[in-house]
Amino acid sequence: MAILDLANPTRFMSLTDRLLPWFWGATLLALGTGLYLGLFVAPADNLQGETYRIIFIHVPAAWLAMFGYGMMAVSALGTLIWRHPLADVAAKATAPVGAAFTLMALITGSLWGKPMWGTWWEWDARMTSVLILFLMYLGLIALWNAVEDPIKGGRVAAVLILVGSVNLPIIKFSVDWWNTLHQPASVFRMSGSTIDPSMLYPLLISAVGATLLFLSLSLMAMRNEILRRRIRALRLVAAASPVGAAA
Amino acid sequence: MISSLGPHAGFILAAYAVSAVIVLAVVGWILADGVLLRRQMRDLEARGIRRRSARKAAVNNPKAAS
Repeated sequence: MAILDLANPTRFMSLTDRLLPWFWGATLLALGTGLYLGLFVAPADNLQGETYRIIFIHVPAAWLAMFGYGMMAVSALGTLIWRHPLADVAAKATAPVGAAFTLMALITGSLWGKPMWGTWWEWDARMTSVLILFLMYLGLIALWNAVEDPIKGGRVAAVLILVGSVNLPIIKFSVDWWNTLHQPASVFRMSGSTIDPSMLYPLLISAVGATLLFLSLSLMAMRNEILRRRIRALRLVAAASPVGAAA
Repeated sequence: MISSLGPHAGFILAAYAVSAVIVLAVVGWILADGVLLRRQMRDLEARGIRRRSARKAAVNNPKAAS
């Protein structure tokens, strides 16, 4: 089967119908294992004590907040260059899932910051740029809902997504470019991770599980969006033709 | 168990509880949306309004389509 065949909405519905149970099974296995190891097996941190255990949910959520927007940016290219309807469906369906993970990263970060930094919030570059990412997700969701025609709405949203993608490197490198309260990268570094393997592996397994969760939710939301567009098309054709004739 | 999480147990538990609530809310919203959409599609099909592929299937195999 050619890769382009999978981009056919009908084939996509059939394929995801078969794949989603496996995705959910893998999600529960990876996320359950990662969180169990992180919460019950990994040792306490020398400086932060038990409080560092928030990272097993905060760090994957923050990564996926950016991953989701990256996926939307790739989809936006698919919408603008190839005008593929499934690309717009993917971008629209990913937005609420990305917004949820961004909100999760902001709240869990705040819950970690209060006991560790002594403050719930600081307007430093990392936190502010992630807050902007969250607002961009909300703005795009509002835009899609405001435009009646999904094709037109999708093209306008695709342009805005690409403009907003400039925020991704700002989030990633904000801790290097500016003096921030938020610590610099400690997992993916040129010189290797600064986290002990006893904490790093549970974190990476949790991140794999959270990624599978993100993909499962996005695929489910995509199936809904395809169905929503089919219903809209049927209603439009039914309104313009005698009963029984449809798209 | 809570005491073993140290003096900031409330923050740790709150972080996981909020995350669980957010994930469950998204799952619930997607499932509810899917149920509503499938019901709307069934209503349309019951009125004889079908996609071309569904109409072809109904012609080729009337028992399966009904």
